[in-house]
Amino acid sequence: MNHITKASWVLISIAGLLLASPALRAEGEDETAWNSTLKEKLFAGRTIEEDQQTIEITAPYRAEDPGLVPLQITSRFPQTAEHYIKNITVVIDNNPVPFSASFDFTPESGKAEIATRMRFNAYTYVRAIAETSDGRLHMAKAFVKASGGCSAPVGTDLEAARARMGKMKFKLDGDKASLNQPNPVQLLISHPNITGMQMDQISRIVLPAHYVTEVKVTFEGKPVLTAKTDIAISADPNFRFYFVPSKAGELKSEIKDNLGNNYSASQTITP
Amino acid sequence: MKPNQPRLRLTASALLLCLAIASHAETISIQEVAPGVYVHQGVHQLPDEHNRGEIANIGFIVGERCVAVIDSGGSPEQGLALKHQIGAVTHTPICYVINTHVHPDHIYGNLAFKAAGVSFIGHHKLGQAMALRAPFYREKARSELGFTLSAEHFVPPDQPVKDTLDLDLGGRTLRLTAHPTAHTDNDLSILDTQTGTLWLGDLLFMGHIPVVDGSLNGWLQEIGKLRSVQADRVIPGHGPVVAAWPLALTGEENYLKQLQTEIRSAIQSGKTIEQAMEEIGQSTRPDWRLFDDFHKRNIATAFAELEWEDD
Ligand SMILES: [Zn+2]
Repeated sequence: MNHITKASWVLISIAGLLLASPALRAEGEDETAWNSTLKEKLFAGRTIEEDQQTIEITAPYRAEDPGLVPLQITSRFPQTAEHYIKNITVVIDNNPVPFSASFDFTPESGKAEIATRMRFNAYTYVRAIAETSDGRLHMAKAFVKASGGCSAPVGTDLEAARARMGKMKFKLDGDKASLNQPNPVQLLISHPNITGMQMDQISRIVLPAHYVTEVKVTFEGKPVLTAKTDIAISADPNFRFYFVPSKAGELKSEIKDNLGNNYSASQTITP
Repeated sequence: MKPNQPRLRLTASALLLCLAIASHAETISIQEVAPGVYVHQGVHQLPDEHNRGEIANIGFIVGERCVAVIDSGGSPEQGLALKHQIGAVTHTPICYVINTHVHPDHIYGNLAFKAAGVSFIGHHKLGQAMALRAPFYREKARSELGFTLSAEHFVPPDQPVKDTLDLDLGGRTLRLTAHPTAHTDNDLSILDTQTGTLWLGDLLFMGHIPVVDGSLNGWLQEIGKLRSVQADRVIPGHGPVVAAWPLALTGEENYLKQLQTEIRSAIQSGKTIEQAMEEIGQSTRPDWRLFDDFHKRNIATAFAELEWEDD
């Protein structure tokens, strides 16, 4: 953070303390964090096009449960060897950790699409930045108001998620896969995904951050989806995406968390 | 930035706000629903800068030796107002502040009662829940409720309850029960054995749509167990100050059961969470206030839970 933004933060904070009334504050759909720091930090020096031809992002304008906001990113074209989306990075501007996830795709992914559930700590833009195979960056964004009155972006039942930690399952549409075309699949991971963001002085019970950092899905050993994830992913991480099987085989998921735990699961796919 | 005009507006608004706070802190309306059991009725509204989060049913129970506060209010000022009101009703000292769970409308008045000889009591997971939620709750209070909170406002229990605890107020005993995850993962209920009054906090919503911030299955299980509690009346966390027991459970139980049934079948038929949020339970809309504000989030929370229920 440079001096100017720091100074303006102090001003905003003072105004907030004096006034403490949201109706009286300007409540724009603010992009300061992105423009002043995040863009440069995450995509140093690169041009990012804001166009409608590459990807689309769908998120609820009003997020009823800030701990579990469904988010979908869809692509405008199929993955081919000549032209495909290599990566989609998701950034939530005003979260404590704005970098939320990064998903690598291949031509074999069929469609570069991902749906997941994320935590939103504030009124903020969420943006998806796609890198196409020609090396260009394309961005789509949506504004989300994390609301919900009494809930908070933490898990609702940590104990249940802990008891099942590392359990994973795939869900396909029906029990047979269609060969040589994109098949939707959902990966469910049980993990408490603890953010570590608590206020320690309130309770002696401290919960250090404990979250999934890497997800790797392969079919017959070839990568389908590879993700780097951070604390914005909701408890019990959940991903929907596509894969293209050319024959029967094994769909496998391997995950890692920040404490060095590794888990894996696989499912046999039959056409 | 245009320097002059906004600053003028700022001063005037700040003045108005101070006046509003000053006039608010003096009193709070209460009703005696059973001998020595006093309840302030909340309102069916989303917390905002006008109601300042003061939306829940809160109150106190008076014994011969001690007063127990049950939920301290949705703002620091409401906590003060409740304290003043207790002083107007009785000279018996306040010995206990019981929090039924972590939600802001039930705990933000805690600091008003912090004093020597006052013990704070809650579910054994309440302290942890406060710590986890405080950073987000503080920001929300600042941006949506119009007041600032420090860490001190989150007074955790010094007597955490794991199973049950009997509190002797002098001439009457309160039986406190810590519940497994239901409305939240830190719900505590209070039974006043002398009058047969069951204070359920947000384990019971009436009128205001139930909010699932814990476990749908767990909540339905607790409702089943609660039915066997011998009581004459119940105090819900949101709704009338008092209602008939156990009849009062019916509306909430029906709503939660319908959610459970419909979400299970949505999961079985391969629907996504987004589809479920759009389609499920719309027929229950006329039964509840604030339906549009909480129904979808209930589906999201419950859907994520029920995806794992067979594992
Ligand atoms: Zn509540």
